[in-house]
Amino acid sequence: MLDLRQYTCLGEALRAALDRWPDEVCLIEADRDREKARLTYGQFRETALPLAKALQDAGFRDGSRAAIIMTNQSKWLISAYAIFFCGGVLVPLDYKLTPREHLTLLAHSKAEVLITEHHIWRALSQSPESSSLLKAHTVLVTEAPANADLAGAKRWEDFRGSGEPTFVPRKRQVPACIVYSSGTTGRPKGCVLTHENYLEQCIALTSLYPFWPGVRYLSILPTNHAIDFMVGFIGPFVCGATVVHLRTLRPEYIRDAFVRYKITYMTVVPAILKALEQNLRKRFSELSPARRKMLNALIAVNRAFTRSKPRAALSRKLLGQVHAAFGGELRALFVGGAFTEPSTLQFFYDLGIPVANAYGCTEAGTAITVNDLNPFRADTVGKPLPGAELKILAPGEDGVGHVAVRSKTVMSHYLDDPEMTAETIVDGWLMSGDLGRIDASGHLQLFGRVKNMIVTEEGKNVYPEEIEAAFEGLPVKESCVFAANYIWPAREMVDEQLVLVIHLDPGKTITPALLDDIVSRNRRLLNYKRASGYLLWERDFPRTASMKLKRNELAQEMRGAATREAIVAL
Amino acid sequence: MTNLDQTTEEILRLAAEHFKVPRADLNATDDFFKKLGINSLQALDLLTRLEQHFRIELPDYELQGVTDFRALAERIQSRL
Repeated sequence: MLDLRQYTCLGEALRAALDRWPDEVCLIEADRDREKARLTYGQFRETALPLAKALQDAGFRDGSRAAIIMTNQSKWLISAYAIFFCGGVLVPLDYKLTPREHLTLLAHSKAEVLITEHHIWRALSQSPESSSLLKAHTVLVTEAPANADLAGAKRWEDFRGSGEPTFVPRKRQVPACIVYSSGTTGRPKGCVLTHENYLEQCIALTSLYPFWPGVRYLSILPTNHAIDFMVGFIGPFVCGATVVHLRTLRPEYIRDAFVRYKITYMTVVPAILKALEQNLRKRFSELSPARRKMLNALIAVNRAFTRSKPRAALSRKLLGQVHAAFGGELRALFVGGAFTEPSTLQFFYDLGIPVANAYGCTEAGTAITVNDLNPFRADTVGKPLPGAELKILAPGEDGVGHVAVRSKTVMSHYLDDPEMTAETIVDGWLMSGDLGRIDASGHLQLFGRVKNMIVTEEGKNVYPEEIEAAFEGLPVKESCVFAANYIWPAREMVDEQLVLVIHLDPGKTITPALLDDIVSRNRRLLNYKRASGYLLWERDFPRTASMKLKRNELAQEMRGAATREAIVAL
Repeated sequence: MTNLDQTTEEILRLAAEHFKVPRADLNATDDFFKKLGINSLQALDLLTRLEQHFRIELPDYELQGVTDFRALAERIQSRL
């Protein structure tokens, strides 16, 4: 791999990678069983540079911000490289957000350029808020049909300048990306990550899990997320490896891709890992009793021989058919973003497929801890990455306390929010908001959250404050939303749900009409943002002089007066 | 050519079969995530089944913002 210590910015490191491995394949893009694109590093450069030139011709310069809203595909990475080449700051947004959420974040980030897919642009440009919130001077859309109305946008495929663009280097300490960790409706949390954050993270991760030319990384988590941006773009590229993109993320096509492209590594969220586990368990249950017995015996042998460390060659020999279903060259899966059941991790490890459980957050650059598989542990999120220091604040007798981290990978600040930055980064330590304990072998174990939020098993962070707007105007005295585990600390990472707290006007009850109103408002939310139940509360909510809800105080009152059983399912 | 009602009915039948629930338990306006207790990955799985049945290709993004069977039927109907 490249020695990243000699580069000051991502653009420089990526440029060196494109020069170093011109004939290696860097990208493969497939849609179902069709391969749509295959690019070498040389071809990637030839596609990206005219785009960079056209951006520069349009006035895009160092420090300018450009947003990308795209599904995982080759044009995402080509566009990102063009932005870095020009010295720009990338704003990667989640393509799954609603048009209104996209527009809110575009306005907050002050992106001058937007690069997106045609179907996303159609929804954005038709949104009533677009005229007031959309300020980008250049909008590029990919894959627009020939006769499509582009509503002022330009075709990405035709947006090419002639002549050589000028490479613009950036200093290590300046922003490379603004990544939103939440705040699509309320208070946007735009994590400003510097070139140094990314370069240091990349050095740390590849020291544990190296890539090299020939490695094929299957990129299925959205590239806007810090994890995929690092392990599905920067990491493989600075090592000359190949990134495989799928245009559809259905489990059966993911399984096909393992075999067709002989995947080496993939990162998943717990929901996907669970889907893979269920599929395997189903296939095992369909075996004849004799073959089932044989399989169990082989699994037991594999378990015995891999207790201290993974032995890929042996596992592939013992459990050939299982490994063939994963393409035969899979070295490890990474899982993060939310809590994973230890039994799921153990299930895969026993089959000779190590799953490295990791923990991190956007604010920390990506990962904070990762399991190094020496030996495999299903009950922890691993040890701190090289260069990361952890400490547990105010630990109880059991050693459990608030996890704080200090590392060169920790973000610079939240965009335009010094107050929230000061609450989150204290004396150089990032307050993770999670409860954890460091065990005798230096592994971090997590025990729930300090903050009022939930993380779904698909890795989505949901802040209850953001959902309250959906219930504004309900014919009740007041309402708010909480994470159940925040009101009643569970000291575990499961059973995360949101609760709508309702304070009715005096003498009123929950009528069928009110319930219908609540249910229909709840249903308009994205499925992972919905309240799973409501709780009736009979006292006034504690508020500040400026009528701001004193959330912590209300949670304490509820903790003392009600139990989880009081929640009525919605 | 099928109409929207027929398409909705077909989807309800296939969803019931796919997730092994009685057809009578499902209604066109049901939120399928909630009613079937499924996550978005499982919903994508259903999309594949529907593609095979209606012999069309449905990009993953067609499921975005869709939560009830009727809305799903509208997306499919527009591609038939």
